[in-house]
Amino acid sequence: MFFPISGAHISPIYLMVTGFLIGVLGGFFGVGGSFIAGPALRVVGLDWNFAVGTDLAHIVGKSVVAAKRHRALGNVDLRLGLIMALGTIGGAEVGAQLIQMLKRAGNVNFVVSIVSIAVYVSISTFMIWESRKTLASHKPMPRGLVKGAAGKEDHSAFMHVTRGIQRLKIWPIIKLPTSGVTISLWVILLVAFVGGLFSGFLGGGAGYIRMPSMVYVLGIPTHLAVGTDLFEIIISASYGTFTHAIKGNVDILIALVMNTGAAVGAQIGAISTQYFAGPTIRLAFVPLPLIGAAIVIYTLVTGHKF
Amino acid sequence: MKRETFKTLRAFAIELLVYAALVVGYFFLVLHFLGEGLHQLEIRHRYTYAGVAILLIIGQAVVLESVTTLLLRMIRGRSE
Repeated sequence: MFFPISGAHISPIYLMVTGFLIGVLGGFFGVGGSFIAGPALRVVGLDWNFAVGTDLAHIVGKSVVAAKRHRALGNVDLRLGLIMALGTIGGAEVGAQLIQMLKRAGNVNFVVSIVSIAVYVSISTFMIWESRKTLASHKPMPRGLVKGAAGKEDHSAFMHVTRGIQRLKIWPIIKLPTSGVTISLWVILLVAFVGGLFSGFLGGGAGYIRMPSMVYVLGIPTHLAVGTDLFEIIISASYGTFTHAIKGNVDILIALVMNTGAAVGAQIGAISTQYFAGPTIRLAFVPLPLIGAAIVIYTLVTGHKF
Repeated sequence: MKRETFKTLRAFAIELLVYAALVVGYFFLVLHFLGEGLHQLEIRHRYTYAGVAILLIIGQAVVLESVTTLLLRMIRGRSE
């Protein structure tokens, strides 16, 4: 199939299957999936700038489907998502500016890459430790298609630290009744800002940083963190899509075709979360930051950027 | 349990087939005619294109979510 905007010839079946796989991952883990979509578009010959912009547009569509399904399951905290979107956009802008500054300063790619690898590996290591410890110390909850509060009940071996963060009384304090959390606005903005900063540094949505941060720092139950992250991604990725589109980096036809596969995958992923407890989802999440680290290592070693 | 899994997989396979037929029709009827118009818009009015692109991807996502939910209800006879 010919896509006139980017001038690329790509099989629609390939795009649909790629979209489907990313949709399943996104619906289940609450991530954008750019670490797969970007390379997948590059492999079929799409220019790097189009791969980045088109991937963002596709993420918007996939996140709409997954977030809508998660909302039906009661897994989206709208207030938290809107606040986080502000922090993410701010962080992404600062991250992008910082990259420009660092580029002018000299050989910074190496430093940024090493920091990224350290962060990704740390997240994975920590999540393995925490989720295994939680699974070992708590009786698994009955699973099935569980809706409502019972389905959102969650445990974490890191909860004592999270409770300490929630006790920080830095005005203004925000109540999040859907998540059952009361916390300082600044903590939420900081978590979102850091996620956005990594997004600006490394591209994509940086969901592999934001989702665990929501669970461990803010104390949001895992199912709600997944759903809310997807809702937040709709806003921040829409902003990214707009800025990339005005620079001529978005082939919306490719994104629309990918989204036909993602629509099915995202629903499967979202529904599947109801069959797993929070710690199990977190344990299954562990490979994602490692894939992010592997991509950075590949880029560092070969010099090829996805 | 096995019976339930079989029913779910069968419903999913039927849904995929119906969905695939709808998507093929969609490729030819909608994307084929949209292509050139969007290309021209992208060349001449970049800001309008950016806005239209977001509206299209969100609009399509909402429609597809509704279609897949409807298909599931029709095939399985109940909501997820």
